[in-house]
Amino acid sequence: MALRTLTSKKTLALALGGVRPLVARGVATFTLPDLPYDYGALEPAISGEIMRLHHQKHHATYVTNYNKALEQLDAAVSKGDASSVVQLQGAIKFNGGGHVNHSIFWKNLKPISEGGGEPPHGKLGWAIDEDFGSFEKLIKKMNAEGAAVQGSGWVWLALDKEAKKLSVETTANQDPLVTKGANLVPLLGIDVWEHAYYLQYKNVRPDYLNNIWKVVNWKYAGEEYENVTA
Amino acid sequence: MLLPTRGLPAAPSLSPASPPPSLPALRRRRPNPSRRSSKVVSYYALTTPPYKPEALEPYMSKRTVELHWGKHQQDYVDGLNKQLATSPFYGYTLEELVKEAYNNGNPLPEYNNAAQVWNHHFFWESMQPDGGGSPEGGVLRQIEKDFGSFFNFREEFVRSALSLLGSGWVWLVLKRNEKKLAVVRTRNAISPLAAGDIPIISLDLWEHAYYLDYKDDRRAYVSNFMDHLVSWNSVTLRMMRAEAFVNLGEPNIPEF
Ligand SMILES: [Fe+2]
Ligand SMILES: [Fe+2]
Repeated sequence: MALRTLTSKKTLALALGGVRPLVARGVATFTLPDLPYDYGALEPAISGEIMRLHHQKHHATYVTNYNKALEQLDAAVSKGDASSVVQLQGAIKFNGGGHVNHSIFWKNLKPISEGGGEPPHGKLGWAIDEDFGSFEKLIKKMNAEGAAVQGSGWVWLALDKEAKKLSVETTANQDPLVTKGANLVPLLGIDVWEHAYYLQYKNVRPDYLNNIWKVVNWKYAGEEYENVTA
Repeated sequence: MLLPTRGLPAAPSLSPASPPPSLPALRRRRPNPSRRSSKVVSYYALTTPPYKPEALEPYMSKRTVELHWGKHQQDYVDGLNKQLATSPFYGYTLEELVKEAYNNGNPLPEYNNAAQVWNHHFFWESMQPDGGGSPEGGVLRQIEKDFGSFFNFREEFVRSALSLLGSGWVWLVLKRNEKKLAVVRTRNAISPLAAGDIPIISLDLWEHAYYLDYKDDRRAYVSNFMDHLVSWNSVTLRMMRAEAFVNLGEPNIPEF
């Protein structure tokens, strides 16, 4: 994740093109990560237009508003303005969650030509069989739970890092997976906000969910699994 | 009509459209051959917006209305009817059903579909071709009384719509107890009916409501709704009806 703690006015001036010096206390700012593939590289599963808007508009807005909220939080804390601190939590959770979730989501996808959609091998593959019965059953479960999310949200393949057990979870809006349990680590998150599929799939969310598996980066999920369970 | 409503005429009201299948006596008394072949018995029908699907262009495209009404709202109607085949809720008006199924904040399974059917019906009737602008007469005076000015009301409505996090609705409601108009936001399917508020305007802020026409630009969608779509005619009628339940103070005696 792109976190930079800006420590001098000079770096900040460079980073922001010479605007506001807010860094005296080292306020962290987040930046929009680059996609590891071209916008059109996931077609036909996800259109280039969706990917471009999703990254350049939606994710970028979460980053901007997250930084804005953190800046306001910093000011409120230093002023001892307790009610503002509390009031900012909603914006921080929403925009910070939006940034965290999308940063994972981009890594969860991969063009077919680079191995996207290839089912997991190794330890994660075994764990999926163990915890869900089979890979197909996991996909069926995630499709069903993702389709049933009311409004906007996410469906996750989660790993409990203490129990070393996999589970399928859903979160509302931009709540990150950790809100469902402090031990849960996201291996794979699928965005089921309408902006993630509407231009291509319209109201048919189940079709989007069926097709996204063709471009899922199971290699990333497998590496995460091995890192956490090692 | 744009799309077939499963062989049923669009109901003029939101009352139950037919008896449940669990009442064979009733069914025998009212045979309906057109329904015999269909598995889904409709209790509530998809109501039709009071204008053609292209009538809101260019501010809301025909394609958006067709999908939003013919697919999204239809899905909520179908989902609700499917649930009602095996649920105790029979004989309620849709409004009563929405209030009952809310179950004091612990929504029953029917709530989501019931509220969304109601919300969408109310949404279509919150708009009209060549709508927007500002109201006149008693509605304007009430808005000025409760928000300071029409400009303030518009600002608050837009600001509220832009700060909704996720899917949901923004409403102008008449608060029963406070006896005043207010802008409120609700999440996902939640309806202000449950809080006892009387809805006056609704604006759908799910992304499906504007994504094809405006992409991520919710501000443009909300502004166009206020400037070109909102039906002050509907608002006037709704306010008149609401005044049967809420005393808004001295009647405005027209001057001659
Ligand atoms: Fe998204
Ligand atoms: Fe809608």
